[in-house]
Amino acid sequence: MNQYIMRRVVLAIPLILVVITIVFLMLRLGLPGDPAQIMAGDRATPELIAQIRENLGLDRPLFEQYLIFLRNAAQGDLGRSVKFREPVVDVIMNAFPFTITLTLASVIAGTFFGILVGVLTALKRATWVDNFATVFVVFFYSIPTFWLGLMLILIFSVGLRILPVQGASTPQHFILPTINLAVGQIALIARLTRSGMIEVLNADYIRTARAKGLSERAVITRHTLKNVLIPIVTVVGLSFGGLLGGAIITESIFGLPGVGLLVIDAINNRDYPMIQGTVLLVAITFIFVNLIVDILYAFIDPRIHYN
Amino acid sequence: MKEPKPTGQVVELEQHRGLYTQSIHEFRQNRGAVISLIVLVVIIFSSIFASYLTPYDPLQRDTPARLMGPSIQHLMGTDTLGRDIMSRVLHGGKISLQIGFLSIFTSALVGIPLGLLSGYFGGIVDNITMRVMDVILAFPGLVLIIWLVAILGSSMIMLILAIAFFFIPTYARLTRGISLSLREIEYVLAAQSVGASTARILILHILPNALAPIIVITTLSISGAIITGASLSFLGLGVSPPTPEWGSMLSDGRGYLRNAWWMAFFPGITITLVVLAANIIGDGLRDALDPKVRK
Repeated sequence: MNQYIMRRVVLAIPLILVVITIVFLMLRLGLPGDPAQIMAGDRATPELIAQIRENLGLDRPLFEQYLIFLRNAAQGDLGRSVKFREPVVDVIMNAFPFTITLTLASVIAGTFFGILVGVLTALKRATWVDNFATVFVVFFYSIPTFWLGLMLILIFSVGLRILPVQGASTPQHFILPTINLAVGQIALIARLTRSGMIEVLNADYIRTARAKGLSERAVITRHTLKNVLIPIVTVVGLSFGGLLGGAIITESIFGLPGVGLLVIDAINNRDYPMIQGTVLLVAITFIFVNLIVDILYAFIDPRIHYN
Repeated sequence: MKEPKPTGQVVELEQHRGLYTQSIHEFRQNRGAVISLIVLVVIIFSSIFASYLTPYDPLQRDTPARLMGPSIQHLMGTDTLGRDIMSRVLHGGKISLQIGFLSIFTSALVGIPLGLLSGYFGGIVDNITMRVMDVILAFPGLVLIIWLVAILGSSMIMLILAIAFFFIPTYARLTRGISLSLREIEYVLAAQSVGASTARILILHILPNALAPIIVITTLSISGAIITGASLSFLGLGVSPPTPEWGSMLSDGRGYLRNAWWMAFFPGITITLVVLAANIIGDGLRDALDPKVRK
């Protein structure tokens, strides 16, 4: 199993390198507009622009720029944000906690309630509970995140006036955004748990357990849940990407100063270093999370490392 | 299935249906899916024939009539510039739906052959293709697409291509898996020994086995693509004003939740309906097409 883990880690490194290269190339070659000019502003003289260009190293050949970029990145220097005039890394690190809190809270809440609903509907299959819950689940699975956010604001902030809308100063500020993201997650996990449980509950070893005289509760907790957990973990890992995307939208709606908001602002302001930095960090975080999920997977499913 | 009669008597056989006939039959029995299909078709047709269905021009301003709630003249109310929301919703549907369908179509066009070839040939072709897919998948969905749009611009073609790009690995992996598992099957070996071309083998022997999951994935992906397109416009990165589009309409309505909730409500509920319908249809298709589910 350690071999499997080592292999996954080793494979991740070239991936990160490729990602870094792509981000670098795309930004240098693809974006419209001259970075030096944008940094200098509207009323800059040609000399100033040339000066900035030299400072940024934009007049050197591409490969040299790439190496400089790599060296700086390894030292933790991702350039300076045009808008904030501060090191990109600092700005991102300030925003990171908000995004992490939001994402983690949503994952935990989503998975927990999702499994709960899934188990419930699987056990009470074909009863009114199941049908009712399934309708709800499919509905919330389909709602677009940004619309749900607006509706939540409409109901809870404007209508009932019990929860705050914008900003992130108090813990209450996180409630609506978390609900926004978690709802989709709950629906996803619930569906999966339900079908997984139904499949497992029909398996032979469950019949054996019952024949042995195990209480229904023990059957569920000891045998069923563990096996259903495998696909759930996979899906939670896979859905992380969607969660990050949803986090961007949610942060935009609720005014949470997280990384997502940074990305959008950066793109709208043509803040190249910031775009580069955020995309890079998000991608690398994502790769790490996938790696961890893969490793976790190896622990949960013993069949993996026998291959 | 009828109970088998005791031995010695003639047993009635059930009429044997092919997979697709059986699936269609199954699907028709799923009331939710059928209703969703009807709803979806209605919405699609409403968008296509939007110009005939509404008396108002979606771009025409009527400032005295601005910010009016739903009424007989304006079934969905008016926005800040006095434009009729219902016309904008119907016309906006054209764009949102187009983005959704075209991007998935493109994605399938590229991803399916890629996966088939990758699984069939294996070796280095497979390796390279899958590594490329891994790189695409290394970026979280919306981030990748936002980034592509930032670089390539937000014309409709670029939007479609960016979204298509994101869904390619889904198709590629799916067809690759099937191609991989089927390339040793007798039909294929026989066809190879007779000298059939690769294309022929792939299209006639391997692809049909992938059709069922492809159909299901396509339906479910279209709803994702529509949401993504709307999300991009919502964030200001998609279609530019004054063209009506569901996402940008929601963005407009954001600041007016208190006084003019209808601005955000109607486009939103339309998107939800479309996505809901597509998802129910997708689920219905999956249940109908799956030969393992006991019928």
